[in-house]
Amino acid sequence: MVSEREPALAYQFDDANQQREAATLGMWIFLATEVMFFGALFLGFSVYRAAYAEAFAEASRHTDLLLGSFNTVVLLTSSLTMALAVHAAQTGRQKSLFTLLLLTMLLGVVFLGIKGMEYYEEYVKRLVPVLNFTYPGNHPQQAELYFYLYFAMTGLHALHIFVGISVLAVIAFLAWRRRFSPAYYTPVELTGLYWHFVDIVWVFLFPLLYLIGGR
Amino acid sequence: MHQPVAAKIYYRVWMVLLLLLAVTIGSAFFQLGALGVALNLAIAAAKALLITLFFMHLRYSKRLNWLAAGAGFFWLIILFSLTLSDYLTRGWLFAPW
Repeated sequence: MVSEREPALAYQFDDANQQREAATLGMWIFLATEVMFFGALFLGFSVYRAAYAEAFAEASRHTDLLLGSFNTVVLLTSSLTMALAVHAAQTGRQKSLFTLLLLTMLLGVVFLGIKGMEYYEEYVKRLVPVLNFTYPGNHPQQAELYFYLYFAMTGLHALHIFVGISVLAVIAFLAWRRRFSPAYYTPVELTGLYWHFVDIVWVFLFPLLYLIGGR
Repeated sequence: MHQPVAAKIYYRVWMVLLLLLAVTIGSAFFQLGALGVALNLAIAAAKALLITLFFMHLRYSKRLNWLAAGAGFFWLIILFSLTLSDYLTRGWLFAPW
């Protein structure tokens, strides 16, 4: 038996529609702040990439292109399953909603697992600043700067993926409890917005960190 | 709220995204230099636009959401243009490693 309850309308809103639009706008504004949050790191990377082009290109070739590429496919697919999950919520398909939310979570976990593998690989190759950075090529200090940025940017991104997975877990639980319906699925939509944003960040991270020097 | 977007649109966008990914990875194997950088950034921007418009439903959203999304992007442009116009138009003050 599916419950089609309307959520309680908060007193400051005229109707459910306005409440939903306010929530969505709020998430878009939050994502704009996240753009600035990541933007600062991207800017730092751009400046030093311009300054130390050769060293950065050489250093970037030490990243694992295969794992990075596969991870990009994983995240792009997770955005697909997330969009389909919102669609399932909109059309009242409760089982599909739950399954697609779980799939999105699973793909997120796969992404983190592969990222962890890459980090371990880089640890073994002695490419981790502070821990064991020993660079075989030219301009070791410039290459170390690349790796500082690499770990900072992918680390911050991975943290965002982790937060996204946690939020998805809560939403999936609520979906399992039949909390959502075509009349009310705002939390699913907002989770989707966040998840797609983190995917967009990776869409820029991947070419800048892995491909910039050519292979 | 907008009507549900047909699911097949999501699949199509996903396939275009994967295609663009293949192009961007493939381009890395040709020594394109600065052109390669521009190409990869353009492809990344195209993917971001597709995700924003279709997966994030911005295409079907009110102008106010467009404004919020555009504002974030606009500030990013200011951040990059002002900073890079500074660094790229004077002698490097970086450490002489």
